[in-house]
Formats: sequence, structure tokens, C-alpha cells
Amino acid sequence: MWHDAVLVAGKDLRIEARSRVGLWQVVPFALLVLVLLAFAIGPDQAALRHAAPGIFWVALLFSTVLAIQRSVAVESGEGTRDGLRLSGIDPAGIFLGKAAAVGLQLLALQLVLWAGVTFLFDVRVHVVWLAVTACLLATVGLACAGVLYGALSAGLRVRDTLLPLLVLPVLAPVLLAGSKAWEAALNGNASSGTQWLKILVPFAVIYFVVGIVLYGPLQEAA
Amino acid sequence: MAPVVQFRAAVALAGRFPALAGVDLCLEQGEVVVVVGANGAGKTSLLRACAGLLPVTSGQASVLGVDLTTDHTSVRRYVGLLGHAAPLYDELSAAENVRFAVRALGLPVESADDALERLGLTGRLRTTPAGRLSAGQRRRVALAALVARRPALWLLDEPHAGLDAPSRSLLGHLIGTAVSDGATVLLSSHEPQLSVPLADRVVSMGGGRVTGEEPGGRRATLAAVPATAPDAKPGTMGATNVA
Repeated sequence: MWHDAVLVAGKDLRIEARSRVGLWQVVPFALLVLVLLAFAIGPDQAALRHAAPGIFWVALLFSTVLAIQRSVAVESGEGTRDGLRLSGIDPAGIFLGKAAAVGLQLLALQLVLWAGVTFLFDVRVHVVWLAVTACLLATVGLACAGVLYGALSAGLRVRDTLLPLLVLPVLAPVLLAGSKAWEAALNGNASSGTQWLKILVPFAVIYFVVGIVLYGPLQEAA
Repeated sequence: MAPVVQFRAAVALAGRFPALAGVDLCLEQGEVVVVVGANGAGKTSLLRACAGLLPVTSGQASVLGVDLTTDHTSVRRYVGLLGHAAPLYDELSAAENVRFAVRALGLPVESADDALERLGLTGRLRTTPAGRLSAGQRRRVALAALVARRPALWLLDEPHAGLDAPSRSLLGHLIGTAVSDGATVLLSSHEPQLSVPLADRVVSMGGGRVTGEEPGGRRATLAAVPATAPDAKPGTMGATNVA
């Protein structure tokens, strides 16, 4: 399973590196969301600083949907979808590999977004470990849940429009917990921030396990 | 020895439509069987059912000893399907696509390199992204992946489509070599002049059923070759017939 996961992750990351969709579309989109939400809030610097954690996580969630759509699109053709099913790769390995590829892209995106909110909103993270931990846990949850719901919508003609409707409500707990953990990290309040990590941990674990178990049947059903 | 493919009154549904409506078919190891029939006759569905991509819902169906009515996924790693659409990733090169297929089965990468060479995918073709290749070249890359995986059952859906004359000749040679190595081949075709000479049997389909059967050109050619002929080896006939 782990060998298969490495193989699939390597393949997906190589495809993303060659297509450069992440670099030229997903990253600019994420930065655009930051800027547009900043415009919506207005020039009040205090309000921007207060809203910065939420804006960071909203931008990350929207960008996650794009990354998931890309991950699904790689095998959207009849040939590649059947090819992967016939490849002999364990479905759990496919799930883990695709989730790992999406997760690595999300981590890179979070670095860009972190730099973005620091520059645009003039905020500084005081409890770095808390912010980093929240990002890592959220990445696992976002990638696993996203790939799972991506498999659910993969065989549908309306998958591009359906996927955000399916996945964004599911990811709402990550938005809430991530924003609150980051707010605590910005304010230097580590103890209140760790409470919100308790939401991110089970979210990541549940979707990690459910994905391993259900990805195969979902792939067949799609 | 148990048949490689054994279907009895096999029914497979595509949605609510019976893509296979009671198929009876038996393939022994080393046979080359061509399936002919009009569009919608069930040829592609038969190949997909043999590959474990289309579940058989009733009747009996076993491929390589796997009962497809109870488990249609286990057989997949032992079959090679060349479908209408090449299973290639456009951003990856021909070599990367074939190596991915090989690594997925845990086979050595050298078998990918050998297959690429056999299909004439050398030099620039090897490193060109699959998305930039012509339809015929993509077909050859897909064939290379199939050859490299060394499946026990080859399932070829219109394999001559999009191939030029040398590639068609090469395909015949590859089929012959695979059969001599112990593989079994089931192929569908709309071009009987190309496929029938390769076949031991020709099976006709219509309405999701097998409607007839007759001997293929390979059996007739084998019968015509003297038993003492030094080159009367299985696996060389395909190339001879097609060339």
C-alpha cells in the first residue's frame, strides 16, 4: 500500500509540476481571494488584522477545491480512469498517494498565503508552533476529505460544479478550528489555541481512515 | 487445464441496459479469438467484463480462474486491456507512462525499456509528452505498456485502429510472440481482413450475445504448415500472416 502511495503521489506531483496549473492558477487564485476579501473589509488596519486568520483559511479552503478538482481531472478521461483501475494498484494506495500529492501542494500554498497575510495585513504569528500544527493537521484533513469526495464525484458530468457543493460544507469544521487556532497564535494565546486542535485531530484521523476503507468502493461506483 | 475465459449465460448491465445478454464463450490458453459484430453488438462490453471493469450480474463468468460474479477486481492485474482511449497521462513522456504501468505491478523497469524498444519508441519519441504524440503513436505507447506488463490475457479493442501499416504488422508479431509465451488473446475488430488471419477462431456477436463461430486464419495457416518446417513455431505466424 505504501509503495503504491509513493508511486501515485510521484506521478500526480510530476503531472502538476509539468502542467504548472498549481503555480499559474491555484496560487494566483488564492492570493486573489486574499486581496478581494481585504477590499471587502476596507482600509481599517485593525479590522484587517482581526479578520486575517479567517481570510487565510477561506482562501485555503477555496484553493483546496481547485486542487482537488485538478487531482480528479488527472484521471477524468476514460482511458486513464480505467488504466488506474487495471493497474493493479491497491485502491488504498491510490487514495493515500493522491491525498499526499494534494497535501504537499496545500502545504506549499499555505506558505505563500502565510507570506501574503503577513505582507497585506501586517500581522505576526506569536505562537509559531500552534500555527504550524494547525496547518499540518488541517492539511491532512483537507487532503483526505477532498480526495474522498473527489472520488465520489469523479464519474459525474457535473463533477466540477458538484464538488464544491459537496466538499465545502464538510470542510467547515477545518475553517472554524483553523481560524480560531490561528487567531490564538496571532494573539499569543497558546492555551486557547490548543483547544481548537482537538477538532482538527479527529477530523484528520477520521477522513484518513475512512478514505483508506472507502476509496476503492467509491472508485468502482464512480 | 481450466479455460482462461469461461462465460455461460453471462449477463452484464450498463446502467439498466443489458450490455451482455447471456454470453456463452470459452477460451483456452494460447488461443487467439477475434470478436466481430456491428456497433453495439457487445464486443467492447465483453472485453470490459473479461477485464473486470464491467461486473457480471448473472450467469457464470470466470477469467484466469477468478469467478467474476463474486469478485471482479482481483483479475485486473493479470489482464491487459487496450481500449479505445489510450490510458496515458498527457504530461508524462512515453517512457514515464510505460514505467508507471510497470512499477504499479512491481515489475522491473527494464521490462518497460524493452517494450518501448520493441514498439519502436526510441529517441525523441521516448521523451515526448504523451499529449504531443499522434493518435497512432499514443496507441503504440499504450501497446508498449501492455507488452511490458506481460498479462496472461490480452484484451484488444479495435487494436488496428489508428495504426499505420508497419505498426499493424508489428501488432501481429506481438500477438504471435505473446501467444508463444503462453498468453491468450481476445480481440474485437471491424477489420476482419487484418484480424481474422491472426485468429484461431472468429466469434460473432449481436444484441449482447454470441451468435456464431467459425475458424480463423491462424488455425488454417497452422494446418497448412508441414510439421517438420523449421520455423513452424507458434508466435511467428502472426507476423507472417500480416506482412
